[in-house]
Amino acid sequence: MKPAPFTYHRPTSRTELFDLLGSLDNARVLAGGQSLMPMLNLRIAAPDHLIDLNAVAGLDGIELSNGILRIGAMTRQRAVERSPVVARHLPLLGEAMRHVGFQQTRNRGTIGGTIAHMDPTAEIPVVALAADATLVIESARGERSIAFADLSTGYLTTQVEPDEALVRIDFPVWPERHGSAFEEVTRRGESFAIVSVAVLVALDSAGRVARAAIAVGGLVEAPLRAEAAETALIGHSPDAGAIAAAAAAAATLPAEGDIYAPEDYKQHLAGVLTERALQRALARAGDDRHV
Amino acid sequence: MSEQRAIRIVVNGTAHDVSVEPRVHLADVLRHQLKLTGTHIGCEHGVCGACTVLLDGATVRSCLLLAAQADGCTIETIEGVAAPDGALHPIQSALAKHHGLQCGYCTPGVVMTLIELQRELAGRSIDETGVRHALAGNLCRCTGYQGMVDAALAVLNPSAEAQIEPTVAKRR
Repeated sequence: MKPAPFTYHRPTSRTELFDLLGSLDNARVLAGGQSLMPMLNLRIAAPDHLIDLNAVAGLDGIELSNGILRIGAMTRQRAVERSPVVARHLPLLGEAMRHVGFQQTRNRGTIGGTIAHMDPTAEIPVVALAADATLVIESARGERSIAFADLSTGYLTTQVEPDEALVRIDFPVWPERHGSAFEEVTRRGESFAIVSVAVLVALDSAGRVARAAIAVGGLVEAPLRAEAAETALIGHSPDAGAIAAAAAAAATLPAEGDIYAPEDYKQHLAGVLTERALQRALARAGDDRHV
Repeated sequence: MSEQRAIRIVVNGTAHDVSVEPRVHLADVLRHQLKLTGTHIGCEHGVCGACTVLLDGATVRSCLLLAAQADGCTIETIEGVAAPDGALHPIQSALAKHHGLQCGYCTPGVVMTLIELQRELAGRSIDETGVRHALAGNLCRCTGYQGMVDAALAVLNPSAEAQIEPTVAKRR
């Protein structure tokens, strides 16, 4: 099948981009296209105007400044996956990126695209929630920032207004000796996740859990923070009992069944994957060699 | 729909000036306008990998890229893989030798994926898990992966060629 006809726009500057976004009706922005192009090919989406971000200058790049990893929305997923800066300062993001689609789609897909699209099964939004990411959204009216946690307004819909575009994602960096892990279960090897879990932990000098962030994706329309699981860890020794308590808490998060996985199976996965991710993340946090 | 855009793409070393409708994806332009039908189309939503080509050296799904977006780019397709005299690329030879072809529909995409992998490895070795990870984006409905994996290991780890016998021979 082929996309329904549309007018194609290829702005090269932010000014041109935001003029188009502010003046056109029924327009969609095209980033890497790895989610939008299938929707166009299948005619699930039929915009009158397609605004291609790929030639707009200055929307990509990875930069660490003042303890914040700033990633331009148009940075390719493959570039994030291979970035030594990401690997050193937020290894969770690099690990999760390897689970996104396939190499052929990561070569083209962007980090901003996967966040703005907000597929319930997508991996990177789970990391963005665990890491307390902030999104920078721009329009002709100016720039605003919102917490990733406030982005979703329901299935595949976000706070980004029709005249706006997501331009950057800011990830606060955790202390160097933190531990992290990403786990997911898919129906076949590398493909859409049923449930995915992202974990960040840091230990204090006595070896107790000083900080913990746990996010679970795939349960409902947007990733959820497992706050009760975090509470079960913070201040405790990271032993089997604490991990089991956190996993049990994660397994009580709300879930919605779908054609592939019923609600209680998703909750079971949330518990099992939280346990596995915590075991790996805590081992890494306690290992001086792991940076 | 009459809107057309003029684009220039270099495919397998040859420059082509093509007029395309903005909604047409690259795979269709390669197949229908340039008559390069080696690039296959399976699902047209990014799952199967049959349409994999190299765009400026990196594998992409050509069904998920508008031809208009490829303006000014260099594209490599299966037609450009063998030598000009018809001699097969070592990856193609290895797939034949190790029975990595069944119906052959997914093969062009598989070859392009393995070419990217070979370039990225730049002589470093790879294990079976790595090969299977790389091939995950190419669906083979004949379930012929074992032959493909054997072929990839043999050609990407040339020192191992002597130890890896074709799977079929091994089972006799």
